[in-house]
Amino acid sequence: MAGNFVSTTNPCRMCRPLGACLAFRGIEDSMVLLHGSQGCSTYMRRYISSHFREPVDIASSSLSEKSAVYGGAESLKRGVKNVVDRYSPRVLGIATTCLTETIGDDVELIIGELLRDEPALREVEIIPVSTPSYSGGHYNGFHDSCVALISRLAQGGPRGDGVNLFPGFLSPADIRHLKDVMDGFGLSAVIIPDISETLDGGIVDSYRRIPAGGTPLEAVRRTGTAAFSLEFSAATPGRQSAALLLKESFSVPAERLPAPIGISYSDRFFQAVSRRAGRPVPEHFARQRERLLDAMVDAHKYLSGKRAAVYGDPDFVLGLSSFLADVGVVPAVIASGGGGREFISELELACAHLEDPPEILTYTDFGEIARAAAASGVDLLVGTSKGNHIARELQVPLMRAGFPIHDRIGGQRMLHVGYAGAMALLDLLTNTIIAGAQDELGYGYSYM
Amino acid sequence: MTDRDREGIALELIPEREGHISLKTGSGPGRIACDAESLAGAVSQRACVFCGARVVINPVADALHLIHGPIGCSTYTWDIRGSLSSGPELHRLSFSTDLREKDVIFGGEDKLYRALTELIEAHRPRGAFVYATCIAGVIGDDIKAVCARVEKENGLPVIPVQSEGFKGNKNAGYKAACHALFNLVSRGGRRDARPLSMNILGDFNLAGELWMVREYFERMGLEVVANISGDSRVEQVMRAGEAALNVVQCSGSMMHLARMMERAYGIPHLRVSYVGLDDMAGSLTRVADFFGDGKISARTRELIEGELQALEPELARYRRRLAGRVAAVYVGGAFKAVSLIRAFRSLDMQVAVVGSQTGKESDYDEIRAAADPGTVIVDDANPLELAQLMQSRGVDIFVGGVKERPVAYKLGVAFCDHNHERKRPLEGFAGMLNFAREVHDSIFSPVWRFIPRAGSGQQSAHGR
Repeated sequence: MAGNFVSTTNPCRMCRPLGACLAFRGIEDSMVLLHGSQGCSTYMRRYISSHFREPVDIASSSLSEKSAVYGGAESLKRGVKNVVDRYSPRVLGIATTCLTETIGDDVELIIGELLRDEPALREVEIIPVSTPSYSGGHYNGFHDSCVALISRLAQGGPRGDGVNLFPGFLSPADIRHLKDVMDGFGLSAVIIPDISETLDGGIVDSYRRIPAGGTPLEAVRRTGTAAFSLEFSAATPGRQSAALLLKESFSVPAERLPAPIGISYSDRFFQAVSRRAGRPVPEHFARQRERLLDAMVDAHKYLSGKRAAVYGDPDFVLGLSSFLADVGVVPAVIASGGGGREFISELELACAHLEDPPEILTYTDFGEIARAAAASGVDLLVGTSKGNHIARELQVPLMRAGFPIHDRIGGQRMLHVGYAGAMALLDLLTNTIIAGAQDELGYGYSYM
Repeated sequence: MTDRDREGIALELIPEREGHISLKTGSGPGRIACDAESLAGAVSQRACVFCGARVVINPVADALHLIHGPIGCSTYTWDIRGSLSSGPELHRLSFSTDLREKDVIFGGEDKLYRALTELIEAHRPRGAFVYATCIAGVIGDDIKAVCARVEKENGLPVIPVQSEGFKGNKNAGYKAACHALFNLVSRGGRRDARPLSMNILGDFNLAGELWMVREYFERMGLEVVANISGDSRVEQVMRAGEAALNVVQCSGSMMHLARMMERAYGIPHLRVSYVGLDDMAGSLTRVADFFGDGKISARTRELIEGELQALEPELARYRRRLAGRVAAVYVGGAFKAVSLIRAFRSLDMQVAVVGSQTGKESDYDEIRAAADPGTVIVDDANPLELAQLMQSRGVDIFVGGVKERPVAYKLGVAFCDHNHERKRPLEGFAGMLNFAREVHDSIFSPVWRFIPRAGSGQQSAHGR
């Protein structure tokens, strides 16, 4: 539903259970079962796998017509038994779908019955998450799952010196970089969820049913005793914040920040960590910042005054918009398939220094983004590969970033966060614009 | 958990899955459990009823394809098929009523009506298909009534597709698609059959394959009335009743339509396949035989000989390089699996594992007849089974779709995409050469030299 339309043309969001699949993938030895019809799991596997280029196994309770009428309890129980039998997970997320939410299956109740009848299953942490696909989007499902994990597993105790980092949905490369940053500050951080290995694994000697890596169950349990939590969720409502839940439940101090994309937001992140760790920014990252500044100066003439349409998940788009504004590209159209009050107010702050305020589209679709981009006369698009048809129509380049990137390789290895991420984005952005200009001139050029 | 050695196939399986895997022995009919609902928790590679219907009808390029459901069904099927059109490309957009909580509570009929009306006004399609999803079914929206109203108001065919996701498996979606397509065909009705004319059913014009096949038939001297659904148009589908013959590939998805047209109009059908040289040539010959026209038969012979001669030198080179290599095939429809067994045989390769998502008992009989003794046959497989089979049967290359690709790669097994993602034609005579090249290039890539488990097929009992 976008603009004056009742209908949606070319969706700019995925459905809520997909976010649950992504979040649980970042927990060690975990599996997800979607309580719904078979197609949901197959579609999401295909969608996720085509971006990360990894096997993505998602189970389904495979509801039939009979279960849609009489309830899906038996299918769910059989599904849980089979998936535990085949994959031996320690954690099993159960995400609902529109079908099972509508027929009103009570997953907690059904799982309670199952555990009574099959005590052996109590070895597995079964975590139901309500993810009705008719409400919100995948970004909600991702946060729903983090909140469910914390509310189910976190335990209190004496305050330790650990740090919780809730990064939201970033790339595996981003998560690896964030680990390096926390290590650099000498902090012992738990990243929840940690998809750095599970969605970007190497080729190893034996095939694993559940890929290695992810946040260990014990580490999730310990989050209640951490010294503080950081969460990249500035564009997300507080009720979906795992960090705030830990604050309420166990008085763990919480700081919610924008995802550290671009120099401004990276500064905020590094300063926050530095302040909390009581240590200056490590030399290594200070050098990265200096090189980034140098690169921004080198690039600024090619970027100044260019106008972009940027789109994607609310938290990610907030970061990308701030990055663009940092380097002199005007984010003329900023769009998301979601985006509430928090998203808009943070964007207004990030874009306050721009001459013309950006056009902000929330709960939008690509039909509307195409109209806005054309009307605004943008020079390029920045976002997922799903804008490729708009780029073709408008004959402007598309700088791919975010999820999904289905028509190129390497989306899982793209680094967006920190000074190193800003540098990678800057090079990509500048070269995308230069390549466009070179192509347009026809004769190309040898120096610039 | 069971570790069983069933008929000599060492596999760890969920007990209920045992009947779905069988070994082709030297003799005896053999049986396989199939055409059933997928097992809960088994991680089936199958999609749903809606998916089956969506992929079959979607290539109709000048129709509005509106999904009545929540957003995901639309997101995950947007431009999913890669079906090419020579003209309009309305089919490449993904329209949805994007049902929300209040629609689920109060019903979505009004939203559907308004969505249809505004989209018809905005895009001026020649017809519209409205797909029911799980939610549309559960909340009980009367899609038929809304379609009838919008049709009357706008004067174009507006056709409901009864594809609620939970109402069976992908086969049920094919059936729903055929009902919707027949709905469109029947609006044109039966007219006197044009002599020497035919419809192409069951080609979806991936990588321009339909254009290739259509050209073969035209070179034979036949008139193609409608191609359903690759590169088709609403009005073309409505003329399908004028054809003298239906030529059906992808029988799983399109046989229902052929049968409906046979019952209603007496149009006979022939089952064909354009995959592999033997099947391609045999299909053209059988179509020529059907018409019993000397000139057509002569032109067909000439066409086949010419195409085969042109390919043979390069194909022979691939055959020498590929001889003795072992393949696994896991595809959606069983018809393609049968053709691929023969295609690999023509490259002096062997198929050690063959399976399909949606095969029926008679399909598996055909697979069994085509397969070599010792071949493992599997219905509605899952990634763990496929991984075990790839490892235990010493497979060099896996032919499947994008969901199987990363599993093969992680195991150090080469891969050929024979599904939506292919960008080069794999059907037809030239397609066979592309296929051989793709199989060859993946197997002989230098990257496998660095991968510990790669190339295990060379040491397997299946390697010749």
